[in-house]
Amino acid sequence: MAVSDASDNDVAIGNETDSKGRLVTSDGTPLRRALQRANRRRKLTALGLVTPLLAFIMIFFAYPIVQMMWRSVDNPAVVDALPRTLDALEDWDGEALPGEDVYRALYEDMIADDKLERRDQKMGPLAVRLNYEISAARGAIVRTSRKVDEFEPPYKEAFLDAHRLWDDISLWRIIKREGRPLTAAYYVAALDREYNADGEIVLRDDNRRIYVALFGRTFGLSLAITLMTFALGFPIAYYLSILPMRKANLLMIAVLLPFWTSLLVRTSAWIVLLQGQGVINDTLVGLGLISDDARLSMIYNQTGTIIAMTHILLPFMVLPLYSVMKTIPVSYTRAAKNLGATPGPRSAACIFRRRCRG
Amino acid sequence: MTYKMKIMTLSSAVSVMALAAAAQDQVSLTVVSWGGAYTESQQRAYHDPYMAANPNVTIINDDGSANALAGLRAQSQAGNVTWDLVDMLPSDAQLACDEGIILQIDHDEMLAPAPDGTPASEDFLPGSLGECFVPSIVYSTVLTARPGAFDGEQPDSIADLFDLENFPGKRALQDRPGTNLEWALYADGVAPEDIYDVLVTPEGVDRAFAKLDTIKDEIIFWSEGAQAPQLLADGEVAFATGYNGRMFNAIEVEDMDAAIIWDGQIVEWDGWVIPADGDNVDAVLEYMHYATDTQRLADQAKFISYGPARESSAALVGEHADLGIDMAPHMPTAPANYKSPIVLNNDFWADYGDELRERFANWMLQ
Repeated sequence: MAVSDASDNDVAIGNETDSKGRLVTSDGTPLRRALQRANRRRKLTALGLVTPLLAFIMIFFAYPIVQMMWRSVDNPAVVDALPRTLDALEDWDGEALPGEDVYRALYEDMIADDKLERRDQKMGPLAVRLNYEISAARGAIVRTSRKVDEFEPPYKEAFLDAHRLWDDISLWRIIKREGRPLTAAYYVAALDREYNADGEIVLRDDNRRIYVALFGRTFGLSLAITLMTFALGFPIAYYLSILPMRKANLLMIAVLLPFWTSLLVRTSAWIVLLQGQGVINDTLVGLGLISDDARLSMIYNQTGTIIAMTHILLPFMVLPLYSVMKTIPVSYTRAAKNLGATPGPRSAACIFRRRCRG
Repeated sequence: MTYKMKIMTLSSAVSVMALAAAAQDQVSLTVVSWGGAYTESQQRAYHDPYMAANPNVTIINDDGSANALAGLRAQSQAGNVTWDLVDMLPSDAQLACDEGIILQIDHDEMLAPAPDGTPASEDFLPGSLGECFVPSIVYSTVLTARPGAFDGEQPDSIADLFDLENFPGKRALQDRPGTNLEWALYADGVAPEDIYDVLVTPEGVDRAFAKLDTIKDEIIFWSEGAQAPQLLADGEVAFATGYNGRMFNAIEVEDMDAAIIWDGQIVEWDGWVIPADGDNVDAVLEYMHYATDTQRLADQAKFISYGPARESSAALVGEHADLGIDMAPHMPTAPANYKSPIVLNNDFWADYGDELRERFANWMLQ
């Protein structure tokens, strides 16, 4: 009796086993498979729900980045425009001007290009590409290709007559170097470096270095502005988080107001305030703090950039800080006070640690 | 019965009208230009009358000309051309043309002849038409000074721009090498016609930058055409370089206290190009045919002091539309103003622009 009772109970709660002793559900499918199926369905639903967002990110975020990375090394101009010339340059040692065979190949490339439809012609992109590397290359290619159909052998002479750059060995070195479908030249230039005659990467002339200094300046300014917004935003966010709701909302509107104002209006407002004949300078001169011919220059320079950017980015600092601080229960701070923490360290240690988590 | 018939007639009439409207497709043309007083002059001289005559055409202004070349390249590469007509400088237009991203123009085919029948290719000022470029105006970049900034003697030459001793104060210059390098050499004693021969040599470039170095600390850079007169009007600067039309507008229309110094004015064309692969090429060609005819070019001079690019338009230039003053003396090409012009050499800038822009950017950074 007791045995049959136990088996009845088993049926009632679905704990059946099949011939191999595996657990099965009431309709006879192994429990493990049923569970797997249920799980898979849930996963598919979840995947279905995130698919639109995933697709959106792939198309509008990942794809453009990949494309941009690709463009930074993509180098079709020379390969497409001068296939015969590159073939002829294969054995050129780069020591002296190339021989007649190379110039004839160049002539053939230009004639072939001339016969193409305008929009398929490759000399224009080639001219632009080479002009990045050496000044006046654009003129050399565009002007030569316009009159190339009148050229007669020997072609070397004809090219040397057509433009002085065809007599310049550095142009030929560039053509050979850039005659590959991928290039590092853009990255080399972005780091203020260039190739020398031996193909080594060296620092550019002092008066043509731009990008490294600009990168440095950009990061420096970002850092300064981040610190400024933090210094101004932290107390506001803290104050907002401990105020009663009604007052906090009022203050919040004040924080958000710049968000709703056109960028143009905010910028113009700063011009009115900061310029040489502006409100601040006029006030300082009026108060006799500075003399009329020593007005402060606070705009159209770094000072102006930092002031205006700090203003514009302040809400972006206040809002995340506030959202995190709001979750720190007031009881924690009370507890800290109870344990003898003074207001200074209390907010610094407690809130900063919590804020880092946010 | 009659009532029912009335309804039927009415409804069929309405549907016929709807069909007729649909047959004349609505076209919206995005025209890219320089913004401010310049776009305003185009709006009044070209866009408004054209839209009035062609109700199915809507013209939308885009102030993107300062970055026209980059924009054209990006749109062409992305295969998504949203601009229909672009106002740009001939040097950039030549580059875009070489790259095949703008349409080639058959001048006599696509442009209106002069009223007396002279074909367009002979009516436009010599050398102004490009393979892909249709000029609409002659403009110049001029030095303008604020009399209030100086006691006694007033500046009257480009050399005075570089004379900090007699004419102290901030100078607003454009943030690009074109015009600035030419003026530096001109002020350093190079004759206008020799400037590009000097600038083509590395020593010439060094000489120009050395001259610019002498006023470096007093320079505020501007990038958009409207900023230069604004800086003058605010009293921020003593000198500003700027487009003569903008300066005219600020001085004559908005009563700014400033004077144009025509010495060494840098003369250049400005005009239209059509992006290849745009959606509305036919509609744009029709519009451009209208907007570059003799009367329209003369009309634009009523609103801004740029010279029309057609010879046949010169005689039609009259008085300013709002002020009623005679526009002829305010044209860059007026004999009194055209004594020592520097004609901008676009070939030079197409060839050497890449390198000099880098060098200029480096110089601005220091």
